[in-house]
Amino acid sequence: MKIAVLIKQVPDTAEERILDPGSGRVDRGASDPVIDEITERALELALAVKDQDKSTEVVVVSMGPADTAKSIRKALSMGADSGIHVLDDLLAGADLVLTARMLAAALRETGADLVIAGNESTDGRAGMLPAMVAEHLSLPMLGSLVSAEIGSGSVSGRRQNESGTQEVVATYPAIITVTERFPEARFPNFKGILGAKRKPVETLSATELGGETRAASTVLEVSKRPARTAGAKITDDGNAAAELVDFLASRRLI
Amino acid sequence: MFELTEDQKAIVEMVADFAAENIAPYAAAWDRDHHFPVDVLAQAGELGMGGIYVREDFGGSGMSRLDAALIFEELSKADPTIAAYISIHNMVAWMIDRFGNDEQRAAWVPQLCTMEMLGSYCLTEPGVGSDAAALSTRAVLDGDSYVLNGTKQFISGAGTSGVYLVMARTADTGSAGITAFLVPDGTEGLSFGALEAKMGWNAQPTRQVVMENVRIPVGNRLGEEGTGFGIAMKGLNGGRVNIGACSVGGGQSALDKSVAYLKEREAFGKPLIGQQALLFAIADMETELEIARTMIWRAADALERGTADTVRLCAMAKLVATDAGFNAANTALQLHGGYGYLSEYGIEKIVRDLRVHQILEGSNEIMRLVIGRLAVEK
Repeated sequence: MKIAVLIKQVPDTAEERILDPGSGRVDRGASDPVIDEITERALELALAVKDQDKSTEVVVVSMGPADTAKSIRKALSMGADSGIHVLDDLLAGADLVLTARMLAAALRETGADLVIAGNESTDGRAGMLPAMVAEHLSLPMLGSLVSAEIGSGSVSGRRQNESGTQEVVATYPAIITVTERFPEARFPNFKGILGAKRKPVETLSATELGGETRAASTVLEVSKRPARTAGAKITDDGNAAAELVDFLASRRLI
Repeated sequence: MFELTEDQKAIVEMVADFAAENIAPYAAAWDRDHHFPVDVLAQAGELGMGGIYVREDFGGSGMSRLDAALIFEELSKADPTIAAYISIHNMVAWMIDRFGNDEQRAAWVPQLCTMEMLGSYCLTEPGVGSDAAALSTRAVLDGDSYVLNGTKQFISGAGTSGVYLVMARTADTGSAGITAFLVPDGTEGLSFGALEAKMGWNAQPTRQVVMENVRIPVGNRLGEEGTGFGIAMKGLNGGRVNIGACSVGGGQSALDKSVAYLKEREAFGKPLIGQQALLFAIADMETELEIARTMIWRAADALERGTADTVRLCAMAKLVATDAGFNAANTALQLHGGYGYLSEYGIEKIVRDLRVHQILEGSNEIMRLVIGRLAVEK
């Protein structure tokens, strides 16, 4: 089986993340770049399949500037077999629509049975990219799973939200996205680190992938998050309990 | 030589991540409870830390002595005790890999590399420390086995290890009469003293190893009769560099904590870092640690290439680094004032842990003896 994992290089969530007010883009120099935590869990899921069946081939796919190579190399050191880096200056500032089209084109080339992605990234958090990729590739998508069973001909999983639990299943080829409920990624071992540079990484440009390279959307304005304001205070004049229940219920917390 | 490769940077990053997640948060509790975290050691083993510079054919990581020094510095930033323990274990794994025959290597090296089995180095005796060539544990050949009698002192991991690398006397010819043996745990006649109460290094057990008519097959002799002292000293060359790296890591951690504290703590109307006397203390710690690190890297390089001045450089590195690490930790305690004396701030533990590095793997007085003799022999 061949599994493609979409990984994203993002600013470390443990550090302060800054948006450049001029371009509206992430200031990549402001913090250390790391593999997005959720996509790292996606990779872990693929590697766990490979642990059980050594014939499994895991390819990581990422789009990003040149230093994304560092994250791809880390994924290879953790155990992925090969990498695909979508790299093109023309793609700087790409929006969801453009990114999805490029990644879909890159994934098409892999011929993967299963694509695993994170349900959202820790930086942009649009949470829509995998669905867009699925549309481009006409693949069934099992999104936001909390657990997954990867079989030889199909994948099944569980999805949970405030209204209930769904058991979902799709036959290959398919896309699934994992949430933070999945196990944490492993550390690369020394052999993995030293062997990573011998593993193949294919670089694909926008031209090679074809189509329009202009982002369809533009960031008009970036403004700082306002300082936190005090929450609503309930004064108990006899029906505080009821007000509290209404408050929690309106936010679907109970 | 002074610029790390991409691989080395990736290795340091991984070890730092591992140590920050699996060691640092628990180090204070392990110290307090005298808990030896063998499960975490096995995790380190899975990542390749059990046989860092052991050849790859029996499961070693096949890396360089400099790689090892970088790894030990990083581990020690999280906990000098665990880092130092792993360094001793690596010394044992390397000695078996380097001086063992293929049969012995196949029997012991794989599980030492994964740290599913731990190894102890047994040289020192209750009455014989610095004068190691005078050791009195005796091994007598009897048919196709050796019978060992004697007591080893200050043995890290004793009671937990799967194999004990014991230096014993096979002839009364001083250092030339010493032979190295592999004594498996569970051998009849092998027992251990009580857990020693110590100033630091509480997360690893230290006990006596007692041998009373311990019978082991001739096949458990490491190298030829009479080569044990050389094997022990060659192991210690690496051990000295590694323990020095552990001191640099602990000292660096104490320095980093001090910088953060002096920036935050205010007295006399401004942060303490504004006091030039304290800034100078930081400068001295920073400089001494960098000198030590430079010396460690140079000694590691000599060891790797087997240069003629290896013994001299390893002794210098051990002397400089263990002094610099302890001094940095002790200064850090002073800079933290009363808070440095409280366990909660993590400084006093570093002081307690690093103190013994000036004593073991050859005391710093013995380092001076080695360096001095070589200096006047030239």
